[in-house]
Amino acid sequence: MEKDRREFLKIGGISVLGLSALPVFQALAQEKGPRYKPDPKALKGAQWAMIVDMKKCWEQQDKRQCRDCILACHKIHNVPDIPDQKREIKWIWLEEYKHAFPDQAHEYAPEKVKENPFMLLCNHCSNPPCVRVCPTKATFKRKPDGIVMMDFHRCIGCRYCMAGCPYGARSFNWGDPRPYLKPEDINMTYPTRRKGVVEKCTFCYERIDEGLQPACVEACKVKALIFGDITNPNSEVRKILSGHYSLRRKIELGTGPNVYYLI
Amino acid sequence: MLEKALKGGQKYWSLLLGLAILSGIGFACFMLQLNQGLRITGMSRDVSWGFYIAQFTFLVGVAASAVMVVLPYYLHHVKEFGRITILGEFLAVSAVTMCLLFIVVDLGQPMRLLNVLLHPTPNSILFWDMVVLNGYLFLNAVIGWTVLSAERKEMPPPKWVKPLIYVSIPWAVSIHTVTAFLYAGLPGRHFWLTAIMAARFLASAFASGPSLLILLSFLIRKRTNFDPGTAAIEKLSKIVTYAMITSVFFLLLEVFTAFYSKIPGHMHGFIYQFAGYEGHAELVPFMWLSVILSVTALILLIPPQFRNNEKLLKIACITVFFGLYLEKGVGLVVTGFIPNVFDKVTPYIPTVPELAITLGVWATGFLIMAILYKVAIGVKEEIRA
Ligand code: SF4
Ligand code: SF4
Repeated sequence: MEKDRREFLKIGGISVLGLSALPVFQALAQEKGPRYKPDPKALKGAQWAMIVDMKKCWEQQDKRQCRDCILACHKIHNVPDIPDQKREIKWIWLEEYKHAFPDQAHEYAPEKVKENPFMLLCNHCSNPPCVRVCPTKATFKRKPDGIVMMDFHRCIGCRYCMAGCPYGARSFNWGDPRPYLKPEDINMTYPTRRKGVVEKCTFCYERIDEGLQPACVEACKVKALIFGDITNPNSEVRKILSGHYSLRRKIELGTGPNVYYLI
Repeated sequence: MLEKALKGGQKYWSLLLGLAILSGIGFACFMLQLNQGLRITGMSRDVSWGFYIAQFTFLVGVAASAVMVVLPYYLHHVKEFGRITILGEFLAVSAVTMCLLFIVVDLGQPMRLLNVLLHPTPNSILFWDMVVLNGYLFLNAVIGWTVLSAERKEMPPPKWVKPLIYVSIPWAVSIHTVTAFLYAGLPGRHFWLTAIMAARFLASAFASGPSLLILLSFLIRKRTNFDPGTAAIEKLSKIVTYAMITSVFFLLLEVFTAFYSKIPGHMHGFIYQFAGYEGHAELVPFMWLSVILSVTALILLIPPQFRNNEKLLKIACITVFFGLYLEKGVGLVVTGFIPNVFDKVTPYIPTVPELAITLGVWATGFLIMAILYKVAIGVKEEIRA
């Protein structure tokens, strides 16, 4: 009996001690401020955009069937190479003029334009319908720089975003993608995906945050891809756009695509 | 009351067994799908929603149609409907259950379903659809069950259900409106991008749902000692008639806008459905069958002497139900993806496991309906005795 009582007091004492320590813990846990420090080298912009200079790109395509940007992107992001066209995954890919611009393509366009494919990717829209429709915020527009992001770990695979995106920029993992990756090629610093989730280009947020250009931009040897902040009048993209006439895909839908094409 | 579901003849048990087997097969195929992913379906990068979502869309309509018996009975005191409101409500319960199951089987990651609640996103129509569908299921289950229990004790239903009943009326409209908004707000899907979508959905729902209810009423009258009443069936058949006329009218409005404006995006969907587009004509026979069924339905429904003939009414209801099923449960969803955003055609044909899962969900819904109807009819027979 006596022993029990002592035991009880001991436990009680420890508990009280524990409780009184709680506010300290809480105070520590609630300390305001970022939980991690951003890389000081990180690129900064209010809305990233990309220019695709098709003239330069076509020269390389003609010369050596260049696919440098696609290969770089798909390798670094562990994008599987699925042969079945109905189920393939693509972040950046080639598409004919009349399919890339179905609303404005016409048969009297120059042969060069009609015959050579355009480089397509997610437009990181200013007003993205994919973000609007997603029921879980698995796809969202990143606040500071407007990148339309994809959280593979939250996505429930409802594919509403695929119905919502008018650019065909989203791919769904109809099955397990991992068997389609070569084990020796897997980039261990970027997640692979599992079946049942959607994925797409993320403008290489992980590289931008370390001060690097997107992988495709870096891979292009002739600078056919130019990346920069569209809101900054002194940025390279703005300088190019003010000097050249450019095209965007399906602007009549009001999505505000941020990928520009020069021909 | 549930004990009523346990007392039944051989036919009843065979029915339940048959349905249970079908849902079992569906469940086994669903296990396969969980293991393999949605690649076992016919869906693709281009046609990213298929048969599941189409069934879901059609069944939301069937569920919403309960309002067509509830509203006249409670707001306009149409006494004839008193005996069948419960049938309408229980039909709604089983239809909404099927809808929710179809959403679940369509998800790539069904285990993460709760993310919709953990991260509520009011700008997503799918979020609202989950809210209204679950609410509607709850309302109908509670109302149906409470009113039936009161009826069994031969007492008026408790006061607190009245407000729930009144809420359930606009709520029924909301489930189909929100479901139409899933489609009608997407830029770049011209076939769906039409302000009349919600109205069209409601009109077709108020034709297909009550026609199913009429068929069920005939079946119940034949097989049990409970008679839903000729007057109720007659009233319902009028509702079906007007709703069907409206539904066809709305569809013709779409056809006019598409083909008079001659805007390619608006025409392509219809051309694919009825003539084939760029060499692809997978849906053509089904869509024409839908037209034939709908026209037959109108011929049989509009003249009162046909409509009031029980045999012809049965045929009319079958044609309405299947005509609209083909339009909404087969054509509507797939055509939104054809041609795709690149103006290319990727055809879609459901696979065998996909069809088995679909059938399994339907069987589960009908299983629930059979049990609920058994209870309701048991109570009704008991009161009469
Ligand atoms: S291109 Fe498509 S996926 Fe990319 S932001 Fe725009 S709507 Fe979203
Ligand atoms: S598939 Fe994933 S990212 Fe797309 S809308 Fe659904 S939850 Fe969001």
